Amino acid sequence: MLTDNWKNLTPDEKFEARFNDWNAAPGMQFATPEGERLYHERVQMIKDVVQVKKPVRVPVCPNIGFYPFAYAGVTAEEAMYDFDKLGSALKKYHADFLPDSLASSPIYGTGKLFEILDYKLYRWPGHGVPAKTPYQCIEAEYMRADEYDQFIADPSNFFLRTYLPRIFGALTPWQMLAPLTDILELPFIGGFMVPVGIPPVQESFQKLIEAGQHAMEWIQTCLAIDGATISTLGIPPLIGGFTKAPFDTLGDTLRGTRAIMLDMFRQPHKLLAALDRLVPLAIDMGVRSTTGNHNPIAFIPLHKGADGFMSNKDFKNFYWPTLKAVILGLIEQGVVPYMFVEGGYNQRLDIIADPDIPKGKTIWIFDQTDMKEVKKRFTGWACFGGNVPVSLLKAATVEQVQNHVRCLLDDVAYDGGYILSTGAVLDDARPENLHAMIDTGKQFGKY
Amino acid sequence: MSQQLIDAITDMREEDALKITNQMLDSGESPLAVLEACRQAMDVIGKRFEAGDCFIPELILAGEMLNQISTEIKPRLQQDVTQAKLGKVILGTVEGDIHDIAKDIVGFMLDINGFDVTDLGVDVPPARFVEAARNTGAKVVGLSGFLTLAYDPMKATVAALKAAGLNDVKVMIGGGQIDDQIRQYTGADAYGKDAMAAVALARQWTGV
Repeated sequence: MLTDNWKNLTPDEKFEARFNDWNAAPGMQFATPEGERLYHERVQMIKDVVQVKKPVRVPVCPNIGFYPFAYAGVTAEEAMYDFDKLGSALKKYHADFLPDSLASSPIYGTGKLFEILDYKLYRWPGHGVPAKTPYQCIEAEYMRADEYDQFIADPSNFFLRTYLPRIFGALTPWQMLAPLTDILELPFIGGFMVPVGIPPVQESFQKLIEAGQHAMEWIQTCLAIDGATISTLGIPPLIGGFTKAPFDTLGDTLRGTRAIMLDMFRQPHKLLAALDRLVPLAIDMGVRSTTGNHNPIAFIPLHKGADGFMSNKDFKNFYWPTLKAVILGLIEQGVVPYMFVEGGYNQRLDIIADPDIPKGKTIWIFDQTDMKEVKKRFTGWACFGGNVPVSLLKAATVEQVQNHVRCLLDDVAYDGGYILSTGAVLDDARPENLHAMIDTGKQFGKY
Repeated sequence: MSQQLIDAITDMREEDALKITNQMLDSGESPLAVLEACRQAMDVIGKRFEAGDCFIPELILAGEMLNQISTEIKPRLQQDVTQAKLGKVILGTVEGDIHDIAKDIVGFMLDINGFDVTDLGVDVPPARFVEAARNTGAKVVGLSGFLTLAYDPMKATVAALKAAGLNDVKVMIGGGQIDDQIRQYTGADAYGKDAMAAVALARQWTGV
């Protein structure tokens, strides 16, 4: 962990230690004193808003998808296959727009890796969707209705021998492996290794080696791309780590939307047991990834609990308890959960504004939700933001964008604890509109 | 027993709904009576959805129940039940977009409410929408799309329909990040926030 006495620290002390680590930017060689100054200023701005204080000005952190590539005349396919174009587009985007948070290069992924592994769960540009289109998930039941018991008993075993073989063509032979928990005594090891000697299984490990080698090459490139932006422009990534709400883990890429909704009716007890089983795994993922990246903020995209996707009763029963447990577990370790609240949450505000969640420890970025209603409940309790619609950035006039941002700032940003952001991920926009959002936010967001 | 079936479906009691369906059929009730009960149940569910008293999971389970009931009664139907259709609707997720859940729910609700739905699937280029509108004579086209990647394909589809001279075809759009701003941008006639909005628009445009 970050310090030798980590186990003895309180959650507040861990929070401080993580922010200090992020601020110190271990290993970073800043290109200029100005770059370094801006980096520290931005980290402080984020810390201030997380603690629901007034920063020097409102941080402007648009949630950026594939937009930098459209902007730079690079296709989404090139972004996922050509590291030079990935780097040059992100460099141009950051230099031209100067947002307060980094569009991190790893999120775009590397198409070659998905090809090596024969990934079946998504289509990506050049592989099932057009070259200029971002990657998209293919909804299906990748975990069957009768597999809950297996999953609950041992999620890792389920992933190793059932789920990963289903979603990666290269790993299909892993169905032949025995559970790792068979390796108990000397006489059992040979038996475990026998399937590893079968040619298709051997081939799958060859593919894995190839995937690992490519992933190493890719991450070095990403670190260089992001490092250059951080060191020259002083723009930190807002996101350090990543985890998910257990309901979304099951509903997005295991059971699928239709199936998990039917599970709520047909097998609610197994669903609840599976959700509980996921809580420690989700907390661990968030803690590990933030620690590894020296940034305390864990991104949690919220998908299946939005208005319309279920009743408040079902939200309180199925979606919220395990998400809340993950949030509290992360806060206990000094991590800042950053909920990207996709879709409307107008019906959910009284539920999520939960007094059990400590003040000044979470970030909530909203979409299609009444920000004044959010403010009523979040003032002095949690950092919030968002809700500059992507439709505005694509289709409105500059004046309309400026007015929208000014209204947001006047209505809800006046006493701090606020981040100006987009309501959804931005893949397409008019550049003058994004400039208008960022510039208006910087000009009128000063305290 | 019809009322019991209606209640089972509207209360989301799947096993009961199937049991009562079989009881009705075994006791000599007409498959048409079962169908009519289903229709009335969906009417209730549709109104509850509009009122914000039930949600997408209930629509999905209702769809599942209706599918299973249809499977039970199909072999017992004496003749084809050709329910008079209110009008034809073309539906599809636009080019480059493979999201289908929203489209499927809209298609289901339109079908249940008496529309003849042609679902073109996902990643549908403008030309296929034009061809389908021409071939079916449908006067209503519904475009589904998620996130910003759908905006320009929706605009291109509306333009293609106009360029093909299909000026009496009305276009509605819907999806995660669709609003009136995007309706204006794409040139669509209307946007719908949810499946019942699509039904209301289709009714309005076909003069029901």
